[in-house]
Amino acid sequence: MIKDLIRGLWRENPIFVQVLGMCPTLAVTTKALFGFSMGIATLFVVVSSSVVISIIRKLVPEQVRIPMFTVIIATFVTAADYFLKANFFSISKALGPYVPLIVVNCIILGRAEAFASKNSVGRSFLDALGMGLGFTCALIVLGSIRELFGFGTIFGFQILGDGFEKWIIMILPAGAFITLGILVGVFNIIDKKMRARERVQG
Amino acid sequence: MKNKLTDIFANSVVRMIVALAIVGTVSGAALVLVYNYSMPKIKVNMKADTERAIKDIFPQTDKIQNTKEEGVFKAVDSSGKLLGYAFLAEGNGYQGTIKMIAGVDGSITTMNGMEVLESQETPGLGAEIADDKFRKQFNGLSLSHEIEYVKNEKPQQPYEIEAITGATISSRSVVHILNKRIGEIRKALKG
Repeated sequence: MIKDLIRGLWRENPIFVQVLGMCPTLAVTTKALFGFSMGIATLFVVVSSSVVISIIRKLVPEQVRIPMFTVIIATFVTAADYFLKANFFSISKALGPYVPLIVVNCIILGRAEAFASKNSVGRSFLDALGMGLGFTCALIVLGSIRELFGFGTIFGFQILGDGFEKWIIMILPAGAFITLGILVGVFNIIDKKMRARERVQG
Repeated sequence: MKNKLTDIFANSVVRMIVALAIVGTVSGAALVLVYNYSMPKIKVNMKADTERAIKDIFPQTDKIQNTKEEGVFKAVDSSGKLLGYAFLAEGNGYQGTIKMIAGVDGSITTMNGMEVLESQETPGLGAEIADDKFRKQFNGLSLSHEIEYVKNEKPQQPYEIEAITGATISSRSVVHILNKRIGEIRKALKG
């Protein structure tokens, strides 16, 4: 059971390993807070839709499963969007169209199709939770690095002194690609070392 | 007879239609609940956003009244004197729409200020249209002539503003949007 949860956090991390959901990953991570909010919104959608799909999985006719999953996902995305607009108006404004676009985030349909439609509710819940957390953590890391160099702050707290010359490129799309590339590289190095150690021990 | 009925339900086409209809109906019902819960709150948020911007442009504002023109508001002080008109203005920027709120005096001869509500301009460059340095140029700007912009020099005329270095398109967009909207408002309020 615990394996279902851990998988999304590390070995099958949606961003660093599966490289899914790149559109929000690159677009909204100009600041750590935006990455965090986007991650939580996605976490909510992936967990709720995975649970619902897992509950009804035996009643779903094979031929129309994709449209059914899409309708379920879209319902939760719309709910998340309205909730943000009603309670966190400024964050919702900053995230712009990327909240409604969670509908087409392939992590969510991917989990529904690959896991929730075949496994029990409990396992699907853990799997979705792990994927959602893995996605959120990756967005926070990406957002923190870009915010640090682009604005000199992390989560709005001043880290670098006033003399710091802001690297505007880090807030631009190019900065997103560069940071993501370096992070994926670092992730792979760490993962390789971990696997080598496991092999020695095993 | 009984056999035929079970046949129909076993038929995959009917099953598909029933399954999709159920999912659609349940989703629709759920969204109605979400909508009813959040819509009043969203309206309050949007109104508060506009009001905050208007009060920023006309600090003495006591009451904000609607005019017959959509998106144009009257800012009135506590003694009932008209401070000026605040209006929403939007148009294309460098990337996507720029949405602003701006204020002019009662006779539409000077601007009282401008505030950016929404924009997707380049961070660090075009996004500076929302910063005080650029914005404050519109306070007290003369409307005796169309607003114009100059590049890399100090404005000479009372109706000129200085464009942001490296973000001429964003600066120009703001000027164009405002000119167009002020023209429309002049016409609407006269008639």
